[in-house]
Amino acid sequence: MGEILQQLVNGISLGAIYALIALGYTMIYGVLRFINFAHGDIFMIGAFSGYFVANAVSHILPTGSIGAVIVVFVASMTICALLGALIEYLAYRPLRKRPKLTVLITAIGVSLFLEYLSQLLFGATPRGFPEIISNHALIKSKAVTIDVVGAVVIITSFTLMLALRVIVMKTKIGTAMRAVSFNQQAASLMGINISKVITFTFMTGSALAAAGGVLYAAQYPSIDPLMGILPGLKAFVAAVLGGIGNITGAALGGMIIGIVESFIGGTFLSTYRDAIVFAILIGILIFKPSGILGKNEVEKV
Amino acid sequence: MNKYFSVVTAVVVLTSATFLSSCKKEGVAEGNDIIIGEYASMTGQTATFGQSVHAGAVLAIDEINQGGGIIGKKIVLKSEDDQSKTEDATAAVQKLINRDKVIALLGEVASSRSKAGGPIAQQSKIPMISPASTNEDVTKIGDYIFRICFIDPFQGNALASFAKKSLGAKRAAVLQDTKQDYSIGLANAFRETFRKSGGDVVSEQAYSSGDKDFRSALTSIRATNPDVIFIPGYYNEVSLIVRQARELGITVPLLGGDGWDSDELTKGAEQQFNNTYLSNHFSVEDPDAAVQNFVTKYKAKFQKDPDAMAALGYDAARILTQAITRAGSTDAAKLRDAIAATKDFNGVTGKITLNAQRNAEKPITILKIVNGKYHFAQRIGPNGETQTDFKTGDTPVTAPAK
Repeated sequence: MGEILQQLVNGISLGAIYALIALGYTMIYGVLRFINFAHGDIFMIGAFSGYFVANAVSHILPTGSIGAVIVVFVASMTICALLGALIEYLAYRPLRKRPKLTVLITAIGVSLFLEYLSQLLFGATPRGFPEIISNHALIKSKAVTIDVVGAVVIITSFTLMLALRVIVMKTKIGTAMRAVSFNQQAASLMGINISKVITFTFMTGSALAAAGGVLYAAQYPSIDPLMGILPGLKAFVAAVLGGIGNITGAALGGMIIGIVESFIGGTFLSTYRDAIVFAILIGILIFKPSGILGKNEVEKV
Repeated sequence: MNKYFSVVTAVVVLTSATFLSSCKKEGVAEGNDIIIGEYASMTGQTATFGQSVHAGAVLAIDEINQGGGIIGKKIVLKSEDDQSKTEDATAAVQKLINRDKVIALLGEVASSRSKAGGPIAQQSKIPMISPASTNEDVTKIGDYIFRICFIDPFQGNALASFAKKSLGAKRAAVLQDTKQDYSIGLANAFRETFRKSGGDVVSEQAYSSGDKDFRSALTSIRATNPDVIFIPGYYNEVSLIVRQARELGITVPLLGGDGWDSDELTKGAEQQFNNTYLSNHFSVEDPDAAVQNFVTKYKAKFQKDPDAMAALGYDAARILTQAITRAGSTDAAKLRDAIAATKDFNGVTGKITLNAQRNAEKPITILKIVNGKYHFAQRIGPNGETQTDFKTGDTPVTAPAK
């Protein structure tokens, strides 16, 4: 019983991070109908930004203090939001009228560019991430252990997801986002500035990925330029599982993937856990391509 | 058209001429130099392995060159970085042999990468000395492949008896890296000896190099209540595993092999690493004069303590150069025979004699980690006998008696 409970806790804290990344995939798909494969690398840049900011401010704010944590999060989310906007402006905007496949391949190019540029700039050697959240056990019983970092990961992720929901559902820009995602042409006829909405979507998605990156690095304190590939792909699976384009679906999908991975990780199948996650992707594409919460879309000719 | 054609021809002729001449320049050993190749992980997942071995080899070669070189020639070390990737190890060895025309190779630390580069060296009949690959199969590649360290059946054996006898463990769990031959070989040896000596292996879990999340595997291990957890991995993952184990409230001793040795291992997690042990080739605390002399020289040059990989790199380079001196030439077959004849070489990692299987038979040292520092715990001789036993209490033994 204790083991099941602990695996569930492990799974939720891993899933919360997948959910944060998956939200970016799903939002960008929602407005632009393409998969931004560079998203996992923005997650990596987020972790590296956190690393440099944490080291830079450690002279003024002691590492582990509340102030330092907030600065690290805000700074790396801002850096990645700007990076997201820049990537959209330079790489994707010129291709907006081109076939979706062109943009998709460009996204793969951007992803490789970010990975190898980071190897050039930061080196391929993994670095230890500073202990930005001073860690100790919060709940310690025979059955289940929850530490501060795990709790912060879960609480921050849920807060950010809730904030996103408020932005999308209650604000003007959120309404515009939904309109663009529903019908781009009609939205533009209603006077919505499509480019502005797309830029905003990229910035929001990238900021969430950055937050995910910092949380991931706090939990697994070893960062390297290729750290974004696997979590990025798994978050993509999560987005598809939940129903791509659907925000609640992305959060749900992330949780499911995280929990499944944790439970498999504790069995004799542990080395196959990545394979099983991708088997889920294949399964969902065969049996319910629209995902758990997605609606079936009829391709209109 | 005609003019155009002649211009193109001229360009083609010129480029091929430069290409040929540059090939020639690289192909011939530059006059009075002996070119030794080294392939190592200077960057990537196990970067400190390559960096340390390289530093050790550079120290040895600099000393020899300052002393006038060997057989009237200076030694040049050509180094290739394989980025801790198996695929790149193959490419690095090919480059060193075909382009740089090295007469011998030093490398690699990780067994999987030695097994990738070894067959090429064997095929080209270039002697290769691995400083630290402990997987049994490495030297089985062929008669040109040597190593100057002990092998995993011995290391696993020593660790299992240490767990059983000195730590008094009855129930052990094993967490191995299925991507590394080193880890698999070591886990097998440990399991076998631990079971034979009457212990129980209660949980076996696996991960692959590069993983970050070990909580689920550790949660399963925790549920089986082991007395000791054996983690035969490399330092980068081990560093995360130990933190996560302690975060999950696992307090039992954790045990590992020489793959743990790196100054990156305990960084930022000094407390979590208390009550952990590793086996190793070398200890900076060894009072032996040769060792202390090496430590002083290394510190003077690199401003830090040498780890085992640095010591092995130093020994490997010296064994190789000594063999060249004995062979009197850089002829591959003669050099091979000279390396194979290495006997009672006084290395900083112990007395080295290469056996018929081209492996070294050496004692092994078990170290206890206390607040991020390694302390001597036990030394086990090449035949499994305990040579020196230090009480494995909480107070570290800083100056062990010889």
